[in-house]
Amino acid sequence: MSRQATSEAGPRKRRGSEIARRNERTGWAFMLPFCILFAVVFIIPIAYAVYMSFFQQVASGGGAYGGGEMINRFVGLENFRYVVTSGAFWSGIGRVLLYTIIQVPVMIIAALALAMLLDSFIIKHVTPYRLGYFLPYAIPGAIAAIIWVFLYNDQFSPIVKGLAAIGVHVNFFAPNALIVSMANITTWTFTGYNMLIFLAALQAIPRDLYEAARIDGANGFQIAIRIKLPNVRGAALLAMLLSIIGSIQLFNEPQVMQTVDKGISNSYTPMMMALNTSRGILTPKGDGPASAIAIVMALIAGVLAALYAYIEGKVNES
Amino acid sequence: MTSANHVRAAKQQQKPIKQKADDLPRSMRPSKVVKITTIVVLVFALIYFLFPIYWAIIASTKSPSQLVGSNGLWFAVGLKRIPEAVATNYSILLGWTHSQFWHWVFNSLIYSCISALIGTVVSVMAGYGTAKFQFRGRGVVMAIVMSALLMPSALMTIPQYSIFNALHLSNTMLAVIIPCSVSPFGFFLGRVYAQSSVPTELLEAARIDGAGEARIFFTIVLRILAPAMVTIFLFLFVATWNNFLLPLMMLSSENLFPVTLGLYGLVSLPVFTDRGALMMGSLLGVLPVIILFFCLQRFWQAGLTAGSVKE
Repeated sequence: MSRQATSEAGPRKRRGSEIARRNERTGWAFMLPFCILFAVVFIIPIAYAVYMSFFQQVASGGGAYGGGEMINRFVGLENFRYVVTSGAFWSGIGRVLLYTIIQVPVMIIAALALAMLLDSFIIKHVTPYRLGYFLPYAIPGAIAAIIWVFLYNDQFSPIVKGLAAIGVHVNFFAPNALIVSMANITTWTFTGYNMLIFLAALQAIPRDLYEAARIDGANGFQIAIRIKLPNVRGAALLAMLLSIIGSIQLFNEPQVMQTVDKGISNSYTPMMMALNTSRGILTPKGDGPASAIAIVMALIAGVLAALYAYIEGKVNES
Repeated sequence: MTSANHVRAAKQQQKPIKQKADDLPRSMRPSKVVKITTIVVLVFALIYFLFPIYWAIIASTKSPSQLVGSNGLWFAVGLKRIPEAVATNYSILLGWTHSQFWHWVFNSLIYSCISALIGTVVSVMAGYGTAKFQFRGRGVVMAIVMSALLMPSALMTIPQYSIFNALHLSNTMLAVIIPCSVSPFGFFLGRVYAQSSVPTELLEAARIDGAGEARIFFTIVLRILAPAMVTIFLFLFVATWNNFLLPLMMLSSENLFPVTLGLYGLVSLPVFTDRGALMMGSLLGVLPVIILFFCLQRFWQAGLTAGSVKE
């Protein structure tokens, strides 16, 4: 009896480890193509950027007028010293922070409000609104910026002219209005996208919850605050985090607006500064200083994300 | 408020069954004021989101002087002469772009289709692999990919350019296609869908029948995940089509430009003034995305639902 049991356990055990081995092989085989591409597009560039950030590109030979081969010269932390002491870099960071503080809350709150109104049973035909709000997401950021730049133009924009006709003279390109003008373009593009995410979360709430609340005497507003809001909280906080990270790399809008407003400098945002450094328009130029800018930006984005998570945790506790 | 509810409840009792199945009970119906306010807000929002597109359509029929001189909200010429105005701006557009305009749109299509196709297949494979197989290193790989989800993606463009430049691959189509074909979000969606819609019992049954893993994947799993793949494809396609910074960094030859970059090139020319023609180019340049958008809208919803519920 007992002998039979052990003789059965032997093959079963071997079979078990065989399955585990097969799992191991097959799992990795399915992962492999993604992992290779991921390494080429994420891991290797990050490692290369860290490496390059310790070098500067200088011409060898050819004298003061260049002309020689470009070589990499090890400069230690010089690139990082340049970035963290650069006034242009920090004013760029200041601009994107201001932009983030304005744009992200406005967009998230607008998206939440629209999603709740569409989910409130007040109107019957939701689809045209849903599609209309989401449509700007299909417009590339650069093209959206081109269209809005024309809508900000004082010569032919019906918005500027219409406001002027009722006595409101706005200059969307005024230095202190620029940030708001850019925030508007981003808000226009992404509000509908976020609204759809929130709408999906709202629609996942079981309907009988509302009926129960109604029976308990809650009105529509109370249902929105007490039932709906807590249920989309997770989605909203995540969207907020992703938007904060995204807005650090503000680029399309200022880059396009620069074509009509020469007041926007080549280092208006840190991302523009990185691009123009890499392209040799700003000095020190080349991969080394550009990598250092990108790395410092990533660190700042990480700090902001951590700060946000920390504050969120504190608010949750209280 | 409660008394109003009582009144409504009482009214409801008087004639209870005069509503369709999907209608709300009386007590949940909003008051008139709330209803009108809601509609006003929703319609205003709709105008905000659609007005720029409407204006671009109007502007695309206008000459530079008409843009300044005519009513900005309506066509400058009678409706009968619109086709003529469109034809004029179209030929101006082709003239400014040295007849490269459709070539740029075609480039955009190539970049978006190929990178979305590669991206979808590798994402679904990887998502399925992590969802259905236990293997060493799985947790680490997933943590790394998920943290890339939080990585500011534009920042990656700088080192990606350095690498592709070092490999003498910048200013080639591959320089746009390869970076765009990797999507942590695609992987995430692939994994969520494989977890929720591929039954493990089905895989076991196929294995007992002697089917190999590759055959199971390509004949059974891909068929189940087909709707998910459309969703991932859509997101990757639009992300590539809309990407501006990556081609701006990578490409210098005009004949490799996607349409976004080509149009940006026009705007940045100091001598360029035909903004109506440019608006026409912008509209034609987003048309493929808009078509995909309307034809496949239920797949958008599916992707966003997965993004909101599972996190």
